[in-house]
Amino acid sequence: MTHQFPSLSPEQKKELSDIAQRIVAPGKGILAADESTGTMGKRLEKIKVENSEENRRYFRDLLFSTDPSISNCVGGIIFFHETLYQKSDSGKLFPQVIKDKGIVVGIKVDKGTAGLNGTDGETTTQGLDGLSERCAQYKKDGCDFAKWRCVLKISDSCPTSVAIAENANVLARYASICQQNGLVPIVEPEILPDGTHDLLRCQYVTEKVLAAVYKALSDHHVYLEGTLLKPNMVTAGQSCAKKFTPQEVAMATVTALRRTVPASVPGICFLSGGQSEEEASLNLNAINQVPLNRPWKLSFSYGRALQASALAAWQGKTANKAAAQEAFCSRAKINGLASKGEYKASGSADQASMKSLFSASYIY
Amino acid sequence: MPHAYPFLTPEQKKELSDIAHKIVATGKGILAADESTGSVAKRFQSINAENTEENRRLYRQLLFTADERIKPCIGGVILFHETMYQKTDDGKPFTQYLKERDMVVGIKVDKGVVPLAGTNGETTTQGLDGLYERCAQYKKDGADFAKWRSVLKITPTTPSRLAIIENANVLARYASICQMHGIVPIIEPEILPDGDHDLKRCQYVTEKVLAAVYKALSDHHVYLEGTLLKPNMVTAGHSCSHKYTNQEIAMATVTALRRTVPPAVTGITFLSGGQSEEEASVNLNAMNQCPLHRPWAVTFSYGRALQASALKAWCGKTENGKACQEEFIKRALANNLACQGKYAPSGASAAGADSLFVANHAY
Repeated sequence: MTHQFPSLSPEQKKELSDIAQRIVAPGKGILAADESTGTMGKRLEKIKVENSEENRRYFRDLLFSTDPSISNCVGGIIFFHETLYQKSDSGKLFPQVIKDKGIVVGIKVDKGTAGLNGTDGETTTQGLDGLSERCAQYKKDGCDFAKWRCVLKISDSCPTSVAIAENANVLARYASICQQNGLVPIVEPEILPDGTHDLLRCQYVTEKVLAAVYKALSDHHVYLEGTLLKPNMVTAGQSCAKKFTPQEVAMATVTALRRTVPASVPGICFLSGGQSEEEASLNLNAINQVPLNRPWKLSFSYGRALQASALAAWQGKTANKAAAQEAFCSRAKINGLASKGEYKASGSADQASMKSLFSASYIY
Repeated sequence: MPHAYPFLTPEQKKELSDIAHKIVATGKGILAADESTGSVAKRFQSINAENTEENRRLYRQLLFTADERIKPCIGGVILFHETMYQKTDDGKPFTQYLKERDMVVGIKVDKGVVPLAGTNGETTTQGLDGLYERCAQYKKDGADFAKWRSVLKITPTTPSRLAIIENANVLARYASICQMHGIVPIIEPEILPDGDHDLKRCQYVTEKVLAAVYKALSDHHVYLEGTLLKPNMVTAGHSCSHKYTNQEIAMATVTALRRTVPPAVTGITFLSGGQSEEEASVNLNAMNQCPLHRPWAVTFSYGRALQASALKAWCGKTENGKACQEEFIKRALANNLACQGKYAPSGASAAGADSLFVANHAY
């Protein structure tokens, strides 16, 4: 415990830190376009489109070849493995299309969840085997960051300490391996929104989970300035009878993060979970208006919350391409504003009067 | 783990948070005047003053009654148990006198270090027995914050994992008990400056120790907004042959803190360890000029670094009272500027040290 065996040179640290800063540059966030084949199938089924490789390629192409101004609000895009090696209609490989726009390329590297025996349906995430070699290859193929999703749930008995400890540990191993290969690890300890629990319960669990995550990252000697966090917002369970305002969600979220996430972490990019596009934007906006010191960037890493309208507009028809791109651009711009606390939903009050909606932090 | 059993009401949380903010209000820091009787003996011996209860009272009185120039500098004063119940010449309890001067009263509550068997001379700190009742009494008697010092050291084999987790745990227990009585706990995990290790080694150890401390505080459900941290600055060991600049010390220290101390912690009040008065001020100043963002107040909790000259000027003689106070006021003012990044050691300018800071990925 007393001796350091530094595993990153100052140059390596600088590279990681620079990549992270570029992804969360002011007004920018992440497009999570890394749906696995199975998950993409669910999305396409909703609009009655066949889950073929070509359809998946077409839709991602639609998003990636949107107007270059998209790079004002998108700092990074997360890819699924298959997509990394697909090409645009122009014949250019997708990573190159993205890089030409000045957007950083990321890759999902986990291999899904695996059951933890003896628990009430809790899981860990697999994918560590051969991860170093895979990361080295992904770096060569144009990636500069990676993503790994762990999942926890809230129930009467969950999350248990073994689920928390195991997921924190596996996230730290993944992060350590990524950094050795020049990839910035996005650390995602998602606490599912399913359940009847209230806002305070989610806040409590989120604080415990994040405390464990950052202890594990410290134990594994991870360079925090070269990481990003992708957490859930603190919200009540989806079946909770009580409804909470975006300001309450924002206060609970920022309070939980202030109590657990060190200031050296450059950015926090929220997942959208089950939220609608507008909900996800309003909440992110409120988060960026919270009257508490926020030393990290607070931005987005949205999948559904950026793509739902685009998918609905597309319907699998080429004729709808422009409309779909327009829908995507629109959500991206809105979230770019939300990441600065400047989003004004139509019919909402101005920033000054929004402030009074925030109650004091010691209630959280 | 999944259920909260909240034990602090919003009002209790607000009280703790308000106290913490008051202590580290802009320009203010802490006078650590909590030297135990044994520690005072050493100080008085160096100035040939007798270690009597009356002398201890007279000396502390000099510090507490320094004129209004210290008001913008001192947010809180840590007292030893005996001092809590001593009075001014006019018969006013020190606690009341300090409160009337708008200084928060604190009390040292630990009972010293004890060895950890099987380690290389490492220790933990005792004082948890009956702490609950003692805190209740101290709160009644005027204390609004407390201090507990744990000690770790750097050698080729230390700090060991056991020393780190044991001290982190005992600090968390102490903090938890304090908060139940409306007392803000100052958490002090001091890593001694003894040794020949370099700056990087101290930074590494400090990061590991603080990560363990904050994990323990989380496990023990401590309300971070109602706490303060009193760490060592990150420095090379006393016997290290390489000398480091104030900017290097500042960068290493602020980097270590940014990696471990959650933004919710209200303030960081450094201990001065073996530093001279001037060194302690210049280093604190460099911290507050560091180009890295600091989400907590960064100020002082100095004992020797506020009192060394004052003590020398006093020498136990009544006629030296004014001179003693002047020395104390001088250091208080210097640190008031330092905790705002505005201190100019004689011969230097206050601004423009920016270029001396090396980028933080070198740390």
